[in-house]
Amino acid sequence: MIGLQHYLTMSAILFTLSVAGIFINRRNLILLLMCIELMLLAVNFNFIAFSRYLGDETGQVFVFFILTVAAAEAAIGLAILVVLFRNRRSINVQELDSMKG
Amino acid sequence: MHGYHLTIVVAPLIAAIIAGLFGRQIGRAGAHWITIIAVGLSCALSVLVLKHLYFDGGQAENYSVYTWAVSDGLRMEVGFLIDRLTALMMVVVTFVSLMVHIYTIGYMHDDPGYQRFFSYISLFTFSMLMLVMANNFLQLFFGWEAVGLVSYLLIGFWFKRETAIFANLKAFLVNRVGDFGFILGIAGVVMFTDSLDYATVFASADDIARQNVTIFSGVSWNAMTLICILLFIGAMGKSAQAPLHVWLPDSMEGPTPISALIHAATMVTAGIFMVARMSPLFELSETALAVVLVIGSLTAFFMGLLGIVQNDIKRVIAYSTLSQLGYMTVALGVSAYGAAIFHLMTHAFFKALLFLAAGSVIIAMHHEQDIRKMGGLKKYMPITYWTALVGSLALIGFPGSAGFFSKDALIEAVKDSHWHGQGAIYWVAYLSVLLGVFVTAMYSFRMFFLVFHGEERMDKETKSHLHETPWVVTGPLIMLAIPSAVIGWFTIEPVLFGGFFGDAIQVLHRHDVLAELGAAFHGSAQFIVHAMQGPAVYLAAAGVITAWFLYLHRPDIPARIQKRASGLYELLDRKYYFDDLYIKGFAAGGRSLGRFLWQKGDELIIDGIMVNGTAHTVGRLAAMLRQLQTGYLYHYAFAMIIALTAVLFWLLWLG
Repeated sequence: MIGLQHYLTMSAILFTLSVAGIFINRRNLILLLMCIELMLLAVNFNFIAFSRYLGDETGQVFVFFILTVAAAEAAIGLAILVVLFRNRRSINVQELDSMKG
Repeated sequence: MHGYHLTIVVAPLIAAIIAGLFGRQIGRAGAHWITIIAVGLSCALSVLVLKHLYFDGGQAENYSVYTWAVSDGLRMEVGFLIDRLTALMMVVVTFVSLMVHIYTIGYMHDDPGYQRFFSYISLFTFSMLMLVMANNFLQLFFGWEAVGLVSYLLIGFWFKRETAIFANLKAFLVNRVGDFGFILGIAGVVMFTDSLDYATVFASADDIARQNVTIFSGVSWNAMTLICILLFIGAMGKSAQAPLHVWLPDSMEGPTPISALIHAATMVTAGIFMVARMSPLFELSETALAVVLVIGSLTAFFMGLLGIVQNDIKRVIAYSTLSQLGYMTVALGVSAYGAAIFHLMTHAFFKALLFLAAGSVIIAMHHEQDIRKMGGLKKYMPITYWTALVGSLALIGFPGSAGFFSKDALIEAVKDSHWHGQGAIYWVAYLSVLLGVFVTAMYSFRMFFLVFHGEERMDKETKSHLHETPWVVTGPLIMLAIPSAVIGWFTIEPVLFGGFFGDAIQVLHRHDVLAELGAAFHGSAQFIVHAMQGPAVYLAAAGVITAWFLYLHRPDIPARIQKRASGLYELLDRKYYFDDLYIKGFAAGGRSLGRFLWQKGDELIIDGIMVNGTAHTVGRLAAMLRQLQTGYLYHYAFAMIIALTAVLFWLLWLG
């Protein structure tokens, strides 16, 4: 029987993967964006699992909101990425250090 | 009379302003005429004032002309106190000044700073008159500083000469030391009496004398002693008493007329005048008088000795001035204020005469001042020769000359002053003034013989141009030679013993040696006869004979003595190492202290540690923090995760 803890474990694994992806990945900005998306999805997973477990639909409504916002965010993120690529001819994360103090 | 007083003071000031600011417009002749007329007017009116006070029995006047400010009841005023002491000083100052003005026409004939010079000496006359005519301490201090300023300007008159600039700075700085004491003394007076006015201060002199001042904890002095010693420190600076004498010989870098006027006849006697003026205060402190006596006698003897080894004609006379100022100070120390002022007066005439005669020689020698390169000038410059002889005889106290009366009265006063007891101080003072007579005679006639007699040691070129100087130079010499010769004979009785000064000088009865001398005084002729029985005249004669023997008869001996006693000669030649002490000790010490404060205090501590140090610390801290700002997104994200985790832990486990 697949219980709540399995879903939560799944979600935690996904979240950890995406966090690891953010700071282990040093080459590709697109991967970074994907990791953020994955993080959001992991959170969504939690929402749905709890929604089902507690019998409260509010959680699922939240998931829709988050998906919408995530789609918009991904669009903006990709647009920024395109502009960045045009300007610097690279999307290598290791080269993007103009914030260095 | 009030109009007279104001005119006497203001005329030289106006002339100085015109000659100084409009010198180019009025030209050289304009500059000397306007200043001579102004000083001549002052001189004539001063004589009238003296006549009014002495012959016509006029009353001393003490009044205020202008109130500058009133602060907390302390009145700061310009006012005149015209009594016989003041009037005598006014006549001496304006007369010598007039002679020097006339003389300057000849001496400064070719100098580009002609108008400037006349402006300065007129300004000096104004300042000196303000000083002697003051009726309050503030105006006294004004005059005191103003004559110091003019002295500074005139010593450095030839401002392109490095030695002149050194000398005027030295004079200014050494006088600062004295003035520091002087202004503290005035502050003391104000503290105890709340007044700057002479009359008020003198009236409360007894009150001051009853009070004590704690200097350090546990050290308590009589207030009057403290005030008088501080005031006397001022006099030591201005009147060049040891150990503040070092500026006067160097001041000879200035043109000779001002050496005569400022650094011999008038300004340097301001200290003597001031102490005499403050006699009601000094009388109440025997300690202060003892200090005055010791300082004066040391100066009188030891500075005279230095005159023997000097070779610059003006420096010999400068050391003579120091020594004579010492004599006056000694007289002040034994409460014979009258004798001090009397010697001041005769000294003003004969010393101005000697300086102007030296200047006349310098003109003839084309500004050569080394007496070893002179000699035999008698036949070329008869007027200068005879006037210089009169001056020298007056200086050594030849019986009948002006200097004889003043100096002999002074020595008698020291001899009879028993109130210091028969202790060490008395003998130091008495022996100093007595042996000083021998020394004076020796250096005076050493110079006289070397300059006017003996073989002619100048080069051919100079010799061919030797001739007597023009009348503007010899005229003042003759005019000064007359009082140098005779003024003592006529004035000793009224000035010293006739109660001339009246209330101007107050002496306690038990200090009053002049009154004792006066009781034994029966006319000038008898005074001479009496003096012949004392040692002073014979010491002077011995000095002249020694000088004759050493420098005319056997000129080879001095060199041998110099070789034999080289240590002593070195000591005298280096002026007892006072200059070395001051320059290497105080001046260099001050500079290294300054350098220490600059490099360690300012640059290191304030700039380095406090100001720049703050910035550097912030900078270093920021540099460390910068290491955290890598600019990489994943580092920031990592930091966020770590922080998030930490916060979660905190909330879940610790919260």
